[in-house]
Amino acid sequence: MSLSNEQVGNIARLARIALSDTELDATRAKLNGIFDLIEQMQAVDTAGVEPMSHPQEFPTRLRPDVVTETDRRDAFQQVAPQTEAGLYLVPKVIE
Amino acid sequence: MIHASLPELRRALDARQISSVELATLFLDRIDALNPELNAFITVDRDGALAAARAADARIAADQAGALTGIPLAHKDVFCTEGVLTTCGSKMLANFVSPYDAHVVSLLKAAGVVSLGKANMDEFAMGSSNESSHYGAVRNPWKLDRVPGGSSGGSAAAVAARLAPIATGTDTGGSVRQPAAFCGITGIKPTYGLVSRYGMIAYASSLDQGGAFGASAEDCALLLSAMTGFDERDSTSLERPTEDYTAALAAPAAARPLEGLRIGLPREFFAEGMADDVRATVDAALEQYRTLGATTVEVSLPNAKLAIPAYYVIAPAECSSNLSRFDGVRYGHRAAEYGDLADMYAKSRAEGFGAEVKRRILIGTYVLSHGYYDAYYLQAQRLRRLIAQDFQAALQHCDVIAGPTTPTTAWALGEMADDPVQMYLSDIYTIAVNLAGLPGLSHPAGFGADGLPVGLQLIGDYFAEARLLGAAHRFQQATDWHARRPACAE
Repeated sequence: MSLSNEQVGNIARLARIALSDTELDATRAKLNGIFDLIEQMQAVDTAGVEPMSHPQEFPTRLRPDVVTETDRRDAFQQVAPQTEAGLYLVPKVIE
Repeated sequence: MIHASLPELRRALDARQISSVELATLFLDRIDALNPELNAFITVDRDGALAAARAADARIAADQAGALTGIPLAHKDVFCTEGVLTTCGSKMLANFVSPYDAHVVSLLKAAGVVSLGKANMDEFAMGSSNESSHYGAVRNPWKLDRVPGGSSGGSAAAVAARLAPIATGTDTGGSVRQPAAFCGITGIKPTYGLVSRYGMIAYASSLDQGGAFGASAEDCALLLSAMTGFDERDSTSLERPTEDYTAALAAPAAARPLEGLRIGLPREFFAEGMADDVRATVDAALEQYRTLGATTVEVSLPNAKLAIPAYYVIAPAECSSNLSRFDGVRYGHRAAEYGDLADMYAKSRAEGFGAEVKRRILIGTYVLSHGYYDAYYLQAQRLRRLIAQDFQAALQHCDVIAGPTTPTTAWALGEMADDPVQMYLSDIYTIAVNLAGLPGLSHPAGFGADGLPVGLQLIGDYFAEARLLGAAHRFQQATDWHARRPACAE
């Protein structure tokens, strides 16, 4: 399998990681090497095998729908890049 | 005291031969002296350690000490520690002083353990050499031009160099067992679900599992016993009674203490790919196991070779999802200059993540994308089931599975730094265990041609931790490989 620069650029856009044109070539070469390894999977016939998503297959636990955490907004916002009046600030998204 | 086992430290503390403050100071001073060269710690928390040690001394004075009260430890920097920098080896979290403790950190604090600081690691636990850390590579205490292994390389190097008696780690594809092997110490990854992942910064959630490092199986058993237990804040935490893993070690000494233990040797682990010196060392260790009464039988894990390709679909898929939380909004790095919101995300992530982390996010994004999900993600999950079934079939014929932990001893710093695929292949013996969710342990088996440690891996059925630790303990009672020390720890 061989990814094109255009495909790698598209994946990077989906992943929200900026890649410069010079990084694109190097990244593509490395990813293609990794996908060559991954392609070995296709040699095995797994028809009828149930996918295993998790080592312990038990039903998800339920708990009563009640508040269990205390309000620690100030402590959690101390590590945020930019806050104001208890809100996280980001660039304007609505014109 | 630097070389004392945990039971010896416990006796010395309880007999007031040394205080916890003195013990912590001893190790902190060693860190000051040796860490500039080894780079095993990202953060040294002298003030926090001494405060915890004073509290431990008060508990000891009141005769309220538990097994680990006053014992110093290093936490892998993947565990959130309230009020202490928690970087996960990444520039992304270079300024992240965690506002809360991981469950493991809370448990050990409550036990009176003294955290000396945060151990270096591969960025977001992605790597096998500790070279992907934003804070620089860790050096192997046995030979400074060699890697310590990864991703918990700082934890393993710290214990090997006796900068800490014990350390926590995490193991997603071998990240406890492989550095334990490379650094000549003992490390255990328990059954998936035994150690809470709450506050353990996520890489691949269905594979990540906390684990323990020590100089011996006995020290690991003491630490692991204090780390496990149900936690409702982790949806995959198992509701089962906690176990005292030291109980399995207490049986009286016997000439053939492993009589009746059936050790399965997977044909595929002893095929080509293993270095000659590793093979010779592992063979000799297995001979020792037979001398102790164990029998060996050949078993087969026919799909083991597919563990690496399957892992490099599943782990990146989970990582691309987990690491989407690093967006420069709530915590972590935010780019200094950006245009709109999408540009802020893309630049913050481009600047905050290193090359290996980006690669894995990109692979994960691709294999989960429309049109590729079945061919990659579902195929990998089907192989995962075949691999897990292989272990169950093999364990019909034996009590534990044994083999090399790694195909070679520690390689040179920089040797594989530019060849990710080559590095991925080095985890051939450890990754399948994570896919199945089984417990695995690595203990020193001897030394390779270049004087570097070789690890022997023991793999057990679900919840067989006591059996693995017990077998390794019997081996260590009869041998002294685990007691050998690198020159810097003399």
